[in-house]
Amino acid sequence: MRRRLVPYLLILPGGLWLAIFFVVPMVVMLSFSLMEGDVVNGFALTWHWQNYTEGISTYADQLVRSLLYGVLATAACILLAYPAAYWIAFRGGVRKTTYLFLMLLPFFVSFVLRTFSWKFLLADDGIVLGPLKSAGLLPQDFHVIATGFAVVAGLTYNYLPFMVLPIYVALERVDPTMVEAAQDLYAGRAQAFLRVVFPLSLPGVFAGVLMTFVPVSADYVNATVLGGTNNTMIGNIIQNLYLVNSDYPEAAALSFTLMAILLVGIFLYARALGTEDVLEVATR
Amino acid sequence: MTTDPALLRGMTRSRRDALRLFGFAGAGLGLAACGVKGQKAAPPKRNDVQKYWAGKTKHGHLNFANWTLYMDKARTPLKEFTKATGITVTYREVIPDDPQWFGKIAPQLQAGQSIGYDLMVVTNGLEFTKLTELGYLVPLDHSKLPNFAKNAGGPYKQESFDPGNVYSVPYATGLTGIAYDPKKTGREITSIQDLWDPKFKGKVGMMSDPQEIGNFGMFAVGVDPEKSTPDDWKKAAAKLQEQKDKGIVRKYYENDYIDALSRGDVWLTMAWSGDIFQQNLSEGSNLKFVIPQEGATIWTDNMMIPKTADNPVDAIMMMDFFYRPDIAANLAEFINYVTPVPAAKEVIAADAAKATGADKKKLSAIPTSPLVFPSDADYAKLRHYRSLTPAEEKDYNAVFQHITAG
Repeated sequence: MRRRLVPYLLILPGGLWLAIFFVVPMVVMLSFSLMEGDVVNGFALTWHWQNYTEGISTYADQLVRSLLYGVLATAACILLAYPAAYWIAFRGGVRKTTYLFLMLLPFFVSFVLRTFSWKFLLADDGIVLGPLKSAGLLPQDFHVIATGFAVVAGLTYNYLPFMVLPIYVALERVDPTMVEAAQDLYAGRAQAFLRVVFPLSLPGVFAGVLMTFVPVSADYVNATVLGGTNNTMIGNIIQNLYLVNSDYPEAAALSFTLMAILLVGIFLYARALGTEDVLEVATR
Repeated sequence: MTTDPALLRGMTRSRRDALRLFGFAGAGLGLAACGVKGQKAAPPKRNDVQKYWAGKTKHGHLNFANWTLYMDKARTPLKEFTKATGITVTYREVIPDDPQWFGKIAPQLQAGQSIGYDLMVVTNGLEFTKLTELGYLVPLDHSKLPNFAKNAGGPYKQESFDPGNVYSVPYATGLTGIAYDPKKTGREITSIQDLWDPKFKGKVGMMSDPQEIGNFGMFAVGVDPEKSTPDDWKKAAAKLQEQKDKGIVRKYYENDYIDALSRGDVWLTMAWSGDIFQQNLSEGSNLKFVIPQEGATIWTDNMMIPKTADNPVDAIMMMDFFYRPDIAANLAEFINYVTPVPAAKEVIAADAAKATGADKKKLSAIPTSPLVFPSDADYAKLRHYRSLTPAEEKDYNAVFQHITAG
């Protein structure tokens, strides 16, 4: 009898934690998303589905832009992270941990501070653009800050380690003798990479995409700090609706819309990639 | 057996709190079914003041929440206060802006819990209105505010947002106008229309706060913001949209416009008066601030006591202390915003006469600065924020956030 209870007791702390701090708030937020009213006169649950339809139609631009920035930044992360992770995993030798640590070093500095430092670095008359402009290499009105490019670049920079680490872990697990075996079977280096190493590393890429695409699409700091007049992301809208307007229903509705889109996107992506078990991969 | 009445009071109070806590837990669970009740308070009755303050005593300590860079680094007024009253002050500059501060404290105030501060500073905007309407503020006992009665300037005793200073007294007042770098613009800026000049394409900063940017849009189309109608808002929004579509606006800024201006990312921008003065003093920059000919807005940051304050008596004493002319002068010398105490002008002039070197130059600039002591002609150009009902606020925000949200 006691033995049968043990597994339940083990799940109890974590289960309670999730129930109290995840499930309950989710239910509360879900009910908020169907309410009407304002903070002074109160909110009433009226099954106001228009929160969703109005939210989507009003903020369609920002939703699409967030997903686009998410895709661009995630793709840029893969392009930057894969070679780096590959090099550390196969050529890092005894210094692997040092290189990984160096990769992570910037992230010991606050996220907001790092993003703000870009503003100084890339200011219109700052230390990078100023000299190039006075040398006549760039037109006077050229600027990097306050553009979509700056936002995507900032997102890429801020989420890069979340791509590097899972890819590194996947590549690290690839047995080098597999590559030798491929070469014994007359595969060239490129062939061995494409047919053996790369497929084996895909779960790492998948995990990396999960860990970057989702937070990147919902990010609001980069757009606030590095964006201009037409770079607002849906995260900014939600933050604004919550904290500035106290319009909880609309904010909750948009949050759930974003969540639904991301979930559907991730599952479609998992399907397309042919990964057998999304959860199994995601938990590696 | 005798029962200590204080103990009894304490017990009933904590029991009430416990019941309330259970009530809220229940409310949380029942939320899915019944919605969230509004907390709209009844208008204050005459005996509210008496009822609240009866039996309240001084505790010798107080927690003070303020905005960043809103007092000198040495915290001179607080030290003087401790010297004069024996009350110690924990001072934190934790308020980033009104909406975020309101968002942070509202749930605690709604639940009847202490927010950890006894005195806070909030601008006369939408959040101030919400705080009063929700009954989150303590009605002030004016018998405890003798310095305020004696020294506050006339206009500060009849603010439209809090007639009779029922809930608040001003901490400092400032203007929203245009700041610019004359080296970059190449000419003096005098008009709101300069913010629409295509010559400054991509070099104009506007504020993202819906009230601030809305006001400027209305000045641009010749409307007094305080008397505006929803039709005026739409006209103003169209004007602002045109400015955005032409690529004239670099960005809609929060309080980071000042860095953008000193870095040269923008050449002219909407700005708060004291910021520019402080920036020039600390960075030696040569930025200018102007009250545009069409008008500018004047706002007031107010001291108030949240309903759940633990040390209200200490807090109201602190409030009153800021109305001593020497303390008001000290504050104005550092923050360079408009002081609600006219008598501070002479104190500053006297300080300037005593000072030497760089300090002298700095101090003697203050009594003549229109940013700290605006002239009557300046005052004539200043307009107030419009107060908005919750329903109006929703429309108003929708109209102007459509632009800033981009």
